[in-house]
Amino acid sequence: MNALLQANGAAEGDWREAGFGLYLHWPFCAAKCPYCDFNSHVSGNVDQARWRAAYRREITRAAELTEGRILGSVYFGGGTPSLMAPELVADILETVRRSWRCTNDLEVTLEANPGSVEAGRFRGYRAAGVNRVSIGVQALNDADLARLGRLHSVAEARAALDLAIETFERVSFDLIYARQGQDEAAWRRELDEALAIGTDHLSLYQLTIEPGTAFGARHAAGGLRGLPDDDTAAALYEVTQSLCAAAGRPAYEVSNHAAPGAESRHNLIYWNCGDYAGIGPGAHGRLTDDHGRRPTTAEPAPQRWLELVESNGSAMAFDRPLPAREQAEEYLMMSLRLRDGVDTARFERLAGAPLDPSAIARLEDLGLVETAPGRLTCTQHGRLLLNAVLRELLAD
Amino acid sequence: MTELAHIRNFSIVAHIDHGKSTLADRLIQLTGTVAERDMKDQLLDAMDIERERGITIKANTVRIDYPARDGHTYVLNLIDTPGHVDFSYEVSRSMQAVEGSLLVVDASQGVEAQTLANVYTAIEADHEIIPVLNKVDLPAADTERVKAQIEDVIGIDASDAIEISAKSGLGIPDVLEAIVNRLPPPQGERDAPLKAMLVDSWYDTYLGVVVLIRVMDGVIRKGDRIRMMQTGAIHNIDKLAVLKPAMLDTPELGPGEIGIFTASIKQVRDTRVGDTITHEKKPCDKPLPGFKPSVPVVFCGLFPVDTNDFEALRTAIEKLALNDASFSYEMETSAALGFGFRCGFLGLLHLEVIRDRLEREYGIDLITTAPSVVYHIHMKDGTVLELHNPADMPDMVNVAHVEEPRIKATILVPDDFLGDVLKLCQDRRGIQLSLTVAGARAMVEYDLPLNEVVFDFYDRLKSVTKGYASFDYEITGYREDNLVKMQILVNDEPVDALAMMVHRDRAESRGRQMCEKLKELIPRHMFKIPIQAAIGGRVVARETLSAMRKDVTAKCYGGDVSRKKKLLDKQKAGKKKMRQFGKVEIPQAAFINALKMDE
Ligand SMILES: Nc1nc2c(ncn2[C@@H]2O[C@H](COP(=O)(O)OP(=O)(O)OP(=O)(O)O)[C@@H](O)[C@H]2O)c(=O)[nH]1
Ligand SMILES: C[S@@+](CC[C@H](N)C(=O)[O-])C[C@H]1O[C@@H](n2cnc3c(N)ncnc32)[C@H](O)[C@@H]1O
Ligand code: SF4
Ligand SMILES: [Mg+2]
Repeated sequence: MNALLQANGAAEGDWREAGFGLYLHWPFCAAKCPYCDFNSHVSGNVDQARWRAAYRREITRAAELTEGRILGSVYFGGGTPSLMAPELVADILETVRRSWRCTNDLEVTLEANPGSVEAGRFRGYRAAGVNRVSIGVQALNDADLARLGRLHSVAEARAALDLAIETFERVSFDLIYARQGQDEAAWRRELDEALAIGTDHLSLYQLTIEPGTAFGARHAAGGLRGLPDDDTAAALYEVTQSLCAAAGRPAYEVSNHAAPGAESRHNLIYWNCGDYAGIGPGAHGRLTDDHGRRPTTAEPAPQRWLELVESNGSAMAFDRPLPAREQAEEYLMMSLRLRDGVDTARFERLAGAPLDPSAIARLEDLGLVETAPGRLTCTQHGRLLLNAVLRELLAD
Repeated sequence: MTELAHIRNFSIVAHIDHGKSTLADRLIQLTGTVAERDMKDQLLDAMDIERERGITIKANTVRIDYPARDGHTYVLNLIDTPGHVDFSYEVSRSMQAVEGSLLVVDASQGVEAQTLANVYTAIEADHEIIPVLNKVDLPAADTERVKAQIEDVIGIDASDAIEISAKSGLGIPDVLEAIVNRLPPPQGERDAPLKAMLVDSWYDTYLGVVVLIRVMDGVIRKGDRIRMMQTGAIHNIDKLAVLKPAMLDTPELGPGEIGIFTASIKQVRDTRVGDTITHEKKPCDKPLPGFKPSVPVVFCGLFPVDTNDFEALRTAIEKLALNDASFSYEMETSAALGFGFRCGFLGLLHLEVIRDRLEREYGIDLITTAPSVVYHIHMKDGTVLELHNPADMPDMVNVAHVEEPRIKATILVPDDFLGDVLKLCQDRRGIQLSLTVAGARAMVEYDLPLNEVVFDFYDRLKSVTKGYASFDYEITGYREDNLVKMQILVNDEPVDALAMMVHRDRAESRGRQMCEKLKELIPRHMFKIPIQAAIGGRVVARETLSAMRKDVTAKCYGGDVSRKKKLLDKQKAGKKKMRQFGKVEIPQAAFINALKMDE
């Protein structure tokens, strides 16, 4: 057998290395945040009954395509899933349980915005089966929340967090840092406050200016002054690493911090290149079948997605199977984000060839990666330069 | 066959953009030479690059039949010429083929540097000159002021200058009458042996080489066996035609007439502009004086970005050279850039035009290295080398002295900006030759090293004068100066493609500028990179590009994988636009941009 066939053969069961999850996209928000390039839309009236029917059909179809799989996690992402009626969430989770065999400890996460209306629904979600929430706090001062275009105040966010901690087994929240005018001292204070809230999981993202967003346009026009430059941003990142580690919630991924055992299992599926079904407008998936590992995509416009599901029975489309080389690239790209790095044997099985030892040696010399038998990991310094590390390792 | 008395031959000359080609349009249109439906603006600017840039690059000839008010129909041969200084050679040789010139001056702008340069060439060619004030439709037009300028600055009578708008057609009938009444008819002997001037030649995909001639004496007919007197080549005339501007076959061309022939000639290089054409049997006794050949004055290296494109580049360059004898090339190897060509051009616009065509018509991405002039290296053993490429500079211990080409630059500028212009010329090692102020305009002449002008002088001039200055130059000769080769070292490795010749006194400041520029142009790497300028073994300037600190995507989940991978692929493709020097990658654009000085 030649190397490529071998690689393909090996790739078939590769998803097993990281399990199987379900992502559900809810595409609506109360307002569009100026930095956000997610598939989110502001819509006055959403017919939740119609959406319920569509999700049911799409879930049933996805389950048929993945028969026999054991589902380990469900993730409601958005948009703002905390705008979904608890009954809708309950209905979806019932459909899910009917459609797949689930692990005993099925992780069910829902992204929530901290507005007071949403907080009121927490108990309903709990009853529906949600056992983990991820709350978009974003900042711990009102001026910055306003600049980020958020509708909530710090007080509301704290109230939502208190209620969530009371209601759910597991709570995480998101902050966006490296904001305009934010210096190291200010971020230290804010992060200390954040860690004091006591959740065992935090997602801490440096503000990214995405093209096609309001911030993107303002930035291109010379606006958004006072954004930290790369050197400052790097310093802020390092502060984040040390404060979180000292507080017992070290980074297990570029932007994610958790107490040991509190990691997001769903997101680990992505970073470990497991399989996941993606359902809802614009959702992406990766599903392995007899043809290989295939990316799936879905119509992103909410109304058209609904109509497609209603008229065709599905709005999900399959791409061609990923060639072995691309699977290997994806694996490297995602797994190097993790503290535990890449399993080099698995990479080699996928790629049909090992990583370039001379590139590894160069990166090691520069203090950007570390090797251990069977593993390659980024150092903290290297994780900040991950794109450059990947370019070096994947250069052809 | 037309009687001499009913022929008028003239060129249209002017400063760039003063409206030559538009005037040609109106003359063609008013005489019905081209059907109305086939008319378009600047009809004669047929090359893509001419149409895109809105400029004329190649001179173009048209034959027009004009029924004059005196009842006779005249044959007018018009040559539209380029205005840009790089192509002044086209203007001077066109003038050799005709007896008069329409000197077009934009009435809103007045006399500019190429107006002057062209007048002098026309006077040298013994031309009758008809001044034409164009664009009188513009609110800023000031015909009285411009007439006064023509008289003061140029010194020719402007009292009967014709006021026109080539755009609206105003005054065009007067131009036609003036051509007939004020320009002299050509002279020549119909019965004398054939003597014709080879004015231009170009390559046509269907016809092969097409030769433009002006008959001085005698008659040329289809089927004739002719001899090119300089090259000695003998040919049979296959096709004889006049340009209207489409080719219209004609059985013969007599004295004073302008037309084309084809004769199964393979390459433009096999013809020599200025050559004299005569019959093989019964030749004329004395050839015409001929033209001074055009010489490339600016050289640069052209390298394919993708080294696999070298053969494609060779083919493309050969093809372009077939049609442009003023452009020269030779193979070059660079330690840094691999195989490429060192090419010679008439000037920077010419360089840009050729590079553009290579990239667009042949789809080859190119790295252009620093433009350089030709230095004369006088060796201690008495030999003299022509240095086209600073990288080839011999070891200084064997060099007696170095000479560089000098130019005489003429700059016209509103006196508000005079100070800035003088400073610019001074900064470029200029020696002032003269300064005259007429009204609110000043004219300065400077003796300057060509090397200081070649690269970005014109851009700088435009920017310090907000576009109000005009500039013309001619090469005057070579002069010794204290010139040295400056090396640029990136991460301690010399990059040959960045080597340049500089004046010793300015080496430090130039080196500092280069290092600072490169520091901006080279992206940060994962390690810090020293950038140095050195003369011989001595470092004269140094900068350090600090290591990159952050390059990571903050957020990457299931939905982002494909997008992220595309981004990575794009970055990898971007890497291909870079050249590897040791461990350092330098973007291709850096080779040219590093030279731009923002003074
Ligand atoms: N308003 C006005 N514009 C004119 C007139 N004549 C020409 N132009 C404009 O001036 C610009 C330059 O005209 P061209 O005819 O291309 O000038 P040129 O002298 O042939 O230019 P080069 O060949 O590049 O030296 C064009 O935009 C014309 O439309 C005129 O009489 N009035
Ligand atoms: C799907 S989004 C939004 C979830 C929820 N709708 C909210 O806004 O709270 C998940 C997280 O991505 C982060 N995020 C979104 N856009 C970002 C950007 N441009 N830069 C950095 N982080 C961003 C925010 O922290 C956000 O909470
Ligand atoms: S950040 Fe969250 S709330 Fe804001 S537009 Fe994006 S998805 Fe909606
Ligand atoms: Mg023109």
